[in-house]
Amino acid sequence: MQKSPTPGQVTSPATASGTGSASPATASGTGSATPATGTGGSAGGRKPRGTASHLTSARLPTWAPWGVAAGAIVVAIALSFVFTGGFNVALAALLAGIINLIVIFGWSLAVEGRRKAVDRVATTLVTSAFAVACIPLISLLWTALERGGPVLIEHPSVLNRTMQGMKGVLDQEYVDGEATLAGGFYHAIVGTVLITLASCIISIPIGVLTAIYLVEYGRKGSLARGITFLVDVMTGIPSIVAGLFAFSLFGTVISLVNPGAIGSVKTGIAAAVALSVLMIPVVVRNTEEILRLVPMDLREATYALGVPKWKTIVRIVLPTAISGILSGITIAIARVIGETAPIMVTAGFAKNLNFDLFSGWMSTLPTFIYDSQMRPVSPGVAAAASSERAWAAALVLILIVMVLNLAARIIAKVLAPKAGR
Amino acid sequence: MATTAPEKTPPASPPKAVVRVGDAVFSTATLAAGILILLTLAGVALFLLVQSWPVIQAQATDPESITGGGFFAYVWPLIVGTLVSALIALLVATPFSLGIALFTTHMAPRKLAPVLGYTIDLLAAIPSVVYGLWGLMLSGYLVPIYAWLATYFGWIPIFAPDSGGDISQTGRTLLTASLVLSIMILPIITSLIREVFLQTPRLQEEAALALGATRWEMIRMAVLPFGTSGIASAIMLGLGRALGETMAVAMILSSGLLTGSLLLAGNQTIASEIAQNFPEAAGLRLSELISIGLVLFVITLIVNMAARAIVAKTSVKGS
Repeated sequence: MQKSPTPGQVTSPATASGTGSASPATASGTGSATPATGTGGSAGGRKPRGTASHLTSARLPTWAPWGVAAGAIVVAIALSFVFTGGFNVALAALLAGIINLIVIFGWSLAVEGRRKAVDRVATTLVTSAFAVACIPLISLLWTALERGGPVLIEHPSVLNRTMQGMKGVLDQEYVDGEATLAGGFYHAIVGTVLITLASCIISIPIGVLTAIYLVEYGRKGSLARGITFLVDVMTGIPSIVAGLFAFSLFGTVISLVNPGAIGSVKTGIAAAVALSVLMIPVVVRNTEEILRLVPMDLREATYALGVPKWKTIVRIVLPTAISGILSGITIAIARVIGETAPIMVTAGFAKNLNFDLFSGWMSTLPTFIYDSQMRPVSPGVAAAASSERAWAAALVLILIVMVLNLAARIIAKVLAPKAGR
Repeated sequence: MATTAPEKTPPASPPKAVVRVGDAVFSTATLAAGILILLTLAGVALFLLVQSWPVIQAQATDPESITGGGFFAYVWPLIVGTLVSALIALLVATPFSLGIALFTTHMAPRKLAPVLGYTIDLLAAIPSVVYGLWGLMLSGYLVPIYAWLATYFGWIPIFAPDSGGDISQTGRTLLTASLVLSIMILPIITSLIREVFLQTPRLQEEAALALGATRWEMIRMAVLPFGTSGIASAIMLGLGRALGETMAVAMILSSGLLTGSLLLAGNQTIASEIAQNFPEAAGLRLSELISIGLVLFVITLIVNMAARAIVAKTSVKGS
């Protein structure tokens, strides 16, 4: 208190003169503009309440957007009671949005002018676009937790049972409360792991080698440009078309080699080929991007030491880029592990445990979910049991995908090259 | 021994490049992998064509044996359904994607922006079959809204109820499918647009702000014009994705023919038609489904190539 009087005395007259009469003239006059700026700057710390500085035009208080939004929500809820006699979330949200926009525009127009009002409306719209987009995400995750969580906790047996020998009677007994939930998706988890592993074995070498060709050997040749273009195009192949391709490939080959075995087209390996078609372009793109980030100096330094090109790539380029490559591969796995359409076309819907990729139908978590929901074991009331198994499997699948995505991020951080680039 | 040899006798001809076995093997392997990708894409078209050959034959000899009495009569309602659902999904998703991309690049607090971007990416990570489950649940809640639409906008053909004045009581209609599709393509379009917005020249943005533009004016003057072609190609890629999306649509739509109204059951897309009928199909029916898969492949190929062409054209101009 003893030290502060001087600045305090300086600012308060400045504020007073700012709020006083002659200020507009001072601001426009060139001579006195400089001292005015000085006092305006020091007065800025104080923020004179209720009065606008004449150097910065009038502004709404900083709480205005939040305050208006909160007010709009309250009014909208009240209005939705008036209109419908009850609380309607959708109507209230719609009304809140409209009221919020109108109020913020009107208020800003009155205080700040048209340009700033338009800016505020745009900001509000953009922010609410983001908020609205989060609703389905939250709703979806919440529904999966709400419906799948209790099943997994109360009937953990779904994780180690299959659907072999499943009868509608069992589901009916469960719905009636006479028995626990029968059946499960152990076979689907096994199928998911095996098919995904097989497609990794096919697509990782092809994908990484292609990326190496594009970056290290092809450079800007026409073949490299063609491959890049086709990889881009391949990214856009619908997943069901990839499945149809694998089915047609195996169907054509089997009918040429051994027409008697035409019934055995649907196998795990066909599904793995279908998934590879979807996975390879993702691996190529991610790996290529990372390889291009490896500094040219490193390669030139090894060439100067007389190291052959292939050794440079294997010993220098790949280790430098390994974190990015691995995280790119993990992202690719996360993408294909949730695919349904290609699996259903190529591997059918198995109800039993099958460890053999090369013969017989297989089931994966996504196809299990689809099959349970769309073709329940027991139609009617007891279909609820199938639906419960489907949601439990969906929750497991979401968890797997989330863990893979998280793992990709952790790998990228942990394995990143330590040396400064 | 070998290392000293070149010093003693200077080579008469320029030294030949040493061909190392390792190099030869490695470069051949990478080239083979690249060519395998070319072959795969050609193989997709080839094998689909081989397997749909019976349909082409049947079309030439006995069109009546094909479902719907002829290949084109069978496929065109499906193409219409596919295009309509994809276009509605785009109409809904594009404004939101633009908004989210702007929000995460220019409006959200700097520290929060990556987290928000990751949240939207999570939408892309969720498997489509889970969207299907969720969409089935959602469809029930949408029925009152559809009833309202049919009452007040029923005079528009796409919102028309059937001859009895009813709409789908389950809500499992093309409109629900399109809305779920829009959520599914939202993260893809958003992340592509975000990348474009992040490349806006910083100096232009700052110049606009320094001239006294508000943030929205800066976005309109600097960010949006710069990103126009990027936005266009992002939308095209989103369209390609929406056209081929299968499971969510197949689960939400109940089977039926093209009706033209978005509020009625029916209106299949190509992908959902395949998914719903493939498990039971055999013989000519199987070939039919594979042949419409070929049609879908060609459509998405055209859309994706167009999108890439837009990018290529503008990136040449930009550099």
